[in-house]
Amino acid sequence: MKHPRVSLRQELPLVIWLVLIWGALWRDFSVGNLLFGALIALAITQLFYLPPVELSGRFNILHGISFTGIFLLQLVKASFEVFYLAVAQGPRLNNSVVAVQLRSSSDLLVTTTGHVISLIPGSLVVEVDRSTSTLYLHCMNVGSTEEADQVRNRVRGVEVRLIRAMGSREELELVRREVDGHTDTEWPSATGRKEDHS
Amino acid sequence: MNTHVLLDSIAAICLIAGAMMSLAAAIGLIRFPDLLSRMHSATKPQVLGLLLMLIAVAIQLRSWALVPVLLIAWVFQLLTAPVSAHMVGRAGYRTKHLRKELLKVDELDEVVAAAAQYRASEYKEAAEAGESVEEAVGDQRGGPLPDDAETPAARVDEPEEEERVRRRRERE
Amino acid sequence: MMQTVLIIVSVLLSLAAAGTIYRIAKGPSLLDRVLATDVLLAIFAAGLATDMAINQHLENLVLMVSLSLIGFIGSVTVARFVSDKR
Repeated sequence: MKHPRVSLRQELPLVIWLVLIWGALWRDFSVGNLLFGALIALAITQLFYLPPVELSGRFNILHGISFTGIFLLQLVKASFEVFYLAVAQGPRLNNSVVAVQLRSSSDLLVTTTGHVISLIPGSLVVEVDRSTSTLYLHCMNVGSTEEADQVRNRVRGVEVRLIRAMGSREELELVRREVDGHTDTEWPSATGRKEDHS
Repeated sequence: MNTHVLLDSIAAICLIAGAMMSLAAAIGLIRFPDLLSRMHSATKPQVLGLLLMLIAVAIQLRSWALVPVLLIAWVFQLLTAPVSAHMVGRAGYRTKHLRKELLKVDELDEVVAAAAQYRASEYKEAAEAGESVEEAVGDQRGGPLPDDAETPAARVDEPEEEERVRRRRERE
Repeated sequence: MMQTVLIIVSVLLSLAAAGTIYRIAKGPSLLDRVLATDVLLAIFAAGLATDMAINQHLENLVLMVSLSLIGFIGSVTVARFVSDKR
């Protein structure tokens, strides 16, 4: 095997997830079935190499639940917004492509943020710049730079919620300091020049 | 009024609302002016519509054992719908399916333009240094297609670059 | 009551399917068509779920799970290899 070995501890979240899927698909969560599922999951993770997902190692259940609730509400709102815009505005729609730079550089967090903001109202990820963790979003019904700034703030808000739920300690520290106001909240835009976010 | 009728009515409402969501997606597909806004209507209502439909299935079959399977079906939809929308949108932006006149603010355009300028100057330097243009192109595009993690500007304007290189060669 | 619901849902889904088929036929670009095909697939999934809910069986369950798992691969593949030509 050419691949670097992945320790069992790193594989554990994946194995648990696979066992849960196994149980759900059989609609049977009895001990015997789950054990058999775990056997298969272990065999699969050993036979088919996947680069391990780097988890941050912490998960706050309370923040996770509140995030899920807000996300579901936003999902409902997004669908109705699309419905409304399709019926009321249709072809006369103002769109924009907005660059948003995220705080985190963790792949998992950037991906999750991208997924979430693709599903909440008005935004879709068009392009990702991994080196600077910048997302380029296509936004419906955004016609001016002020509205683009609102989108930016909203996306950063989503990221803060995600960091509180599952970010690493360093990211959490960053957010805390920002909330306390010890650092300036000036963010360089994608083209490198400073922008005023007062 | 017993619980049976109540559950039936909830399921009925969920079914009709889910079907309305499919209709919303279709109306969006027809009425929106360009690919990128149609993408919105292809992603969002479909996820909510499936959720409502699955809730109706669980209620109609009156079975808690069904909930995990349906939840998994929905979670996979949740994970995959933005992926396909992102890939389509990305391809749309790169292959100029986008109608730029409909965009009021375009912050990716600046990045793309800056990168194109940077690359053009690199070509110029390469040409002045006496290298063949092919070599310069080969350097930049060596190997298989890079994965998604590249910088956005790196490959966006390839058709234009090709055009530019071709013109330069004709001049020479 | 469920028969009325079935009729309403069928009409709504048929209208939606007609709309997406119109978009598939009209284009204008390949990516538009792919997107509309994706939506058509979602409408099929909605139809399968409606069938299960109203006729109270579970025969389509596996089909629905696999649809939501691999339904996106087609559009991703096309998007990956689409060229500049319209």
